[in-house]
Order: sequence, then C-alpha cells, then structure tokens
Amino acid sequence: MGVPLNPFVIMVAAALTSNMVLSNFLGMCSFIAVSKDIKTANGLGMAVTFVLTLTSVLNYLVYYYILVPLELVYLRYIVFIIVIAAFVQFLEMLIDRFSPSLYMNLGIFLPLITVNCAILGGVLFMIIRDYNLMQSLFFGFGSGAGWWLAIVALSTMRMRLREKDIPPQLVGPGLTMIIIGIMALAFLGFSGMVPVQ
Amino acid sequence: MAESKKETFMANIWKNNPVIVQILGICSALAVTNNMTNTLIMGIGLTFATGFSSLTISALRKYIPKNVRMIVQVLIIATYVIILDIVLKAYLPSISKALGPYVGLIITNCIIMGRAEAYAQSHGPVLSFIDGVSAGVGYSLILLLIAFIRELLGFGSIFGLRVLPESFTPWVIMITAPSAFFIIGTIIWIARTPLVKKK
Repeated sequence: MGVPLNPFVIMVAAALTSNMVLSNFLGMCSFIAVSKDIKTANGLGMAVTFVLTLTSVLNYLVYYYILVPLELVYLRYIVFIIVIAAFVQFLEMLIDRFSPSLYMNLGIFLPLITVNCAILGGVLFMIIRDYNLMQSLFFGFGSGAGWWLAIVALSTMRMRLREKDIPPQLVGPGLTMIIIGIMALAFLGFSGMVPVQ
Repeated sequence: MAESKKETFMANIWKNNPVIVQILGICSALAVTNNMTNTLIMGIGLTFATGFSSLTISALRKYIPKNVRMIVQVLIIATYVIILDIVLKAYLPSISKALGPYVGLIITNCIIMGRAEAYAQSHGPVLSFIDGVSAGVGYSLILLLIAFIRELLGFGSIFGLRVLPESFTPWVIMITAPSAFFIIGTIIWIARTPLVKKK
C-alpha cells in the first residue's frame, strides 16, 4: 500500500470520490427500497453511518487480534457477519433502554442494517486495503456519511418526481435507477480531488 | 400448490426475474459488470451459493427454530460463500483478486436471503434447489447482458477478445459506474413494457 495515507484523506475519498453506493454499488437494496421519503431516508442514513463506523473498528480489532493470531482468516466472512449482527442487536437494546425517542426514529432500520451490503462491504474493503485502526475508523465514518448523503439526495429527488407525468413503464425502479445514474455522474466530478480510490 | 419443476425453473428466469422484476441483489450485481469474464464467474458463483443454500435451508427447515432462523440462514450462506472464495483463490487467483470484496458480499446478497425466506422455508429440498439455481441463472443472464453492453462499448471486446475494429472509439462512460445504472434502468424499462400493457 506504500505510504500510509492520512485518515482524513481516506474519509473524504470514501464519502465523495468512491462513494459506497454511487461508485461501489453497495447497499443498493435498501437504498432503493427506503428512499421514498426524506424522513425515513434520513433515519436509515444515520443508522448506517453509526453502525458502519463502529463495526469497522470492532471488526478491525477482531480480525487483527483474534483471527490473524489464531490463523482463522478463512473464517472471516462468518465472523464479520456475526459481529455485525451481534453489534446491531446490542445497539438496538441499548438505544431502546437509554433513548426511546431515538429508538422510535432508528429502531425499525436497525434490523435492516445487518443485511445491508454497505456494512459488510466497508469491512471487507478495510481488510483488503490494509488500513490501520485510525484509517479504518475514518474510512468507516466517511463511507457511512457518503451513503447518508446519497440516500437523502435521492429521496428528495424522488419526492419531487412523485407528482410528475412519467411514462408508466418507467415508474418505480426503472426511473430510480436512471436518477441514481445521473447522481453517480455528478459524483464522478469529484474524482480528481483525492488521489486514492 | 403443486408446481412442476420446469415451471419453478422458468418462473425465475423471466416472469419473476430477481433483478428486473423483484429488484433484488443489485448490490453486487453492478460492480462486476464492466467485464464479461468476471461477470460470468460471479454468476456461476452466485448460482452455486443460492442453489446449495436453498437446498440446505430447505432440508433443515423443520429443525431450525423460527426465531433464530435468520442467523442460521446467514451462517449456512456464509459457509457456501467461504467454500466458493477458497476455490476461486486456488484456481482463478487473478479473477478472485479482481472481484475483491464482491465474492464475500454474496452473503448479504438479497437474492439468496429472499429465496430462502420466500421459497425454501415452505418447499421440499429438490424444488428449493431448482428454485435457487434458477434464481441464480436469471440473475446471471441479466448481468451478462449488462456486461455485454458495457464491455462491447467500453473496451470494444467480448470476454477479452477484441471484436470491434481499431477505429472504434471506446465509450469511456461505459467503464465507469453511472453507465451501469443507466443500462439497468433501461433494461427494467423495456422489460416492464409488456407488463404494463397487460394492465
């Protein structure tokens, strides 16, 4: 990997130039399903950012301090998914206990997150690119924030399009895909900004 | 509902296609489609994982307690994905590298979970296996179509073999991410036209 990259650069790159959903196609399923209105999109975006940041760090510790010394690297997919599922479950109980109002906003999205590919994808990218702990933390946060930004932007566009006259075959997923494509094109404009992927 | 094996198979290829009709599994679908070879390997891998996890889940469905079934399903799927990952690393190291995290991401691919929940829970192992395989094939076909368009216009080649003359100017946009969204959007549009007319 050569020179260790500044964590801040990684964060910006993860949020803008290599946005999770717009250039790596991660987390598409919930991205399309939950972007119908801005309120839920915002809630899910927040939850993803939070979980992605913390699971990146948690999985980093598990991978380098448990799996690598024990030579169990080939089990990593199972371990990562269990860590994510367990963490989400734990978080759900914790939020329910300490902040019922936050739970009302975030609660329904938490179970969805376990199977959101953005989370597992973020963790796998972190391992493949050999990030250190600090870089992983910033990478996790940046990717989550980028995902959040994208879903909020998409939901506002979809809300505006709801009243418009669209060809009936295109209503729904077809149109959403094309809007996402245009958004991805706009995000492509960031690509010269940071010299990492 | 007694469905024949052939009907089960055909339903997932066209009428109920996981990508264009149910909009499932797009996560990992688009990232690998700028090159047909990778797409083919990904499709085969996914078909393998879906087929066998549906088979296993269906065979074990009476023994899995209802409230922990999600986690058990994920573990079964992850097991097959690990097998796939190890096989790819051993026999096709360059493709395994190119696919990167997307092999691991088959675990969270909604197609597998979707088929497990919607079909394997309530049908016998043989039918579930067929259902899983056909969902995988339906997914692969759409992916190959997208990859065909992207590789042909982006590099002027198919499966890495040059088919268009040197004078053809490659469309750089086809290699980048947005084109995948445009193409899949257009495919959904075209595929849904007959459905809308019927209504």
